[in-house]
Amino acid sequence: MTAPRSWNRLPRVAPDAVHALTQRYAGVPDGLPRPLLAHGNGRSYGDVCLTEQGTLLLTRGLDRFIEFDPQQGILRCEAGVTLAELLALVVPQGWFLPSTPGTRLATVGGAVANDVHGKNHHAVGSFGHHVRALELWRSDGSIIACRPEDDNGWFSATIGGLGLTGLIRWVELQLMPIQNPWMWVESQRFANLDEFWALNRRAEARWPYTVAWIDCLAKGKAQGRGILLAGQHAAAQAELPAFKEGGKRIPVDPPFSLVNGLSLRAFNTLYYRQPVKPQGALTHYVPYFYPLDAIQGWNRIYGRRGFYQYQCVIPPREAEAATAALLDTIARRGEGSFLAVLKTFGNKPSLGMLSFPRPGTTLALDFPDRGDKTLRLLEELDAIVREAGGTLYPGKDARMPASLFQAGYPQWEAFSAYVDPGFSSRFWQRVTP
Amino acid sequence: MNSLNRVILFGATSAIAEQTARQLVAQGASLYCVGRNRDKLMALIDDLKVRASDHQQIDGDVADLTDSDQHARLIDAGERALGGIDGALIAHGTLPNQQACQADVTQTRQEIETNALSVISLLTLLANRLEQQQYGVIAVISSVAGERGRQSNYVYGAAKGMVTLFLQGLRNRLAKSNVDVVTIKPGFVDTPMTAELDKGGPLWAKPEQIAKGIIKAMQKGKGEVYLPWFWWGIMLIIKHIPEAIFKRMSL
Repeated sequence: MTAPRSWNRLPRVAPDAVHALTQRYAGVPDGLPRPLLAHGNGRSYGDVCLTEQGTLLLTRGLDRFIEFDPQQGILRCEAGVTLAELLALVVPQGWFLPSTPGTRLATVGGAVANDVHGKNHHAVGSFGHHVRALELWRSDGSIIACRPEDDNGWFSATIGGLGLTGLIRWVELQLMPIQNPWMWVESQRFANLDEFWALNRRAEARWPYTVAWIDCLAKGKAQGRGILLAGQHAAAQAELPAFKEGGKRIPVDPPFSLVNGLSLRAFNTLYYRQPVKPQGALTHYVPYFYPLDAIQGWNRIYGRRGFYQYQCVIPPREAEAATAALLDTIARRGEGSFLAVLKTFGNKPSLGMLSFPRPGTTLALDFPDRGDKTLRLLEELDAIVREAGGTLYPGKDARMPASLFQAGYPQWEAFSAYVDPGFSSRFWQRVTP
Repeated sequence: MNSLNRVILFGATSAIAEQTARQLVAQGASLYCVGRNRDKLMALIDDLKVRASDHQQIDGDVADLTDSDQHARLIDAGERALGGIDGALIAHGTLPNQQACQADVTQTRQEIETNALSVISLLTLLANRLEQQQYGVIAVISSVAGERGRQSNYVYGAAKGMVTLFLQGLRNRLAKSNVDVVTIKPGFVDTPMTAELDKGGPLWAKPEQIAKGIIKAMQKGKGEVYLPWFWWGIMLIIKHIPEAIFKRMSL
């Protein structure tokens, strides 16, 4: 059996054993090498879902719904259900995930463990804010039911807890009512970072969903140019077009990255020049929230070596200067990704001890793995982030130094007390003593 | 085309049957699910209820199907819960440890009891009922292993072979009564039953693919189907290797 990987395809490490879970009641068989670590659909980047020792517990076999109240929008399901499976059930019944990441192929358990966020963070917080309850299986065989109102710490440790507090067996979510599966989206071009900040402030005050794609290679006066998408769920009486889901796939691993200086510049320029619709238009929720899911195996364009994803958050006071500095550094190196994503988080405090979302601006980019050269660039970015008092997203990290993690997650020592002694990940071993 | 609006599933918690159940529910079916393990069965039924509409009946019972005294009661209960039977899928079974069977005939008997005799008992009752109502479809998950005895799993193969042959006769008998009898012969399927095996290569299919094939075969009233289809070609070759050569092969 080939060892499961994370979405960016590095690091390449293999556990001692892999065990597929199929029954939530059954627990985990004795005798599996430890430490254990749950691995859902492998959509996080880096090594939060990987281990070099012990056993990876595959959770995709835990894919059953348990209970759904279509009047209240309360859904309980097993942790291995993907967001796509969940949405396929609830969207036709008028419900939606109140917070969703940019892929619907993540599992519910993974969404909890990384306390994922979406384009509406400024309005509703992150995934953890909508969890009503969850159940943890601990490696000593005990079961812990966790609810946000509990004051014993288990809930806040497990939300964003990177799967380290035990195996999440089921999750109960409060969903959000919608009238139909469509979004009303206005897109606007901005010529540089200054325009972004002004436009973004106005958009956030008015729209539940905002996100910007920026051309990370543009320099000088055009630095930070891009397109801002503001959206809301469509009106009940909207004239809905027909929608048919298409899909393409990258069928093979190119031997080298198709993302290079030339293709990057071409793509970013074209993307920036695409027609925008400031007057607004209806877009189905699938292409709106999950544009990359339409290209199966898009991670392959970076070639066999894989890529690094880099997502940081910068506190509000430093956000403008640090974002400019980050873009300067990236453009100077001619590195960067097809799509760099820029978004500001709201002020709603995250519930998890290790949650990533916090007030400030978050920038996310991909970099093909070009060995030391890439790592050196990321270290330069680290220095800017560190200086600005920001931090990186563990769910998208394969290389941050322990010191940067510990500075960004001051509760990590308190959190350690909740880590199941029978669980660990390569990430956790890397960032803690 | 057979309607599959009211279906009884025996061995409903097996991976293939579970996927079949989900797809049937998505097509509006009411189901009666029989499984051995209570926790597994309840998890399955809860899941199916969430996927179903309020108008679909999802029910079931816990039973060990090697106890054939239970069979009539289960079919009655299913018929009552569903208000009739359009179809039945028999999917229970075990994958015996061939070595253990070779060492001990009690083990062999037990495996034949589970994989063949309990199926035949259910089939006898179901056949008589559907013959009376003059419509319906019965499908059984047999196996390509039942086509030719091989040293690596001939106890399982013999049991499945008995089922396949029994179904041929039953199909022949019920043809005039408008009742279809479908023999499903899956190849390698990636399920917990095959957890011990190494599952590389293109021959391994997902349970949801097999489930789709089962439903199509039941609707169309097919006789014998290989799933995926290409096993037809593989088995054609395997069946035609002369015994003098076959006996020396390590399969």
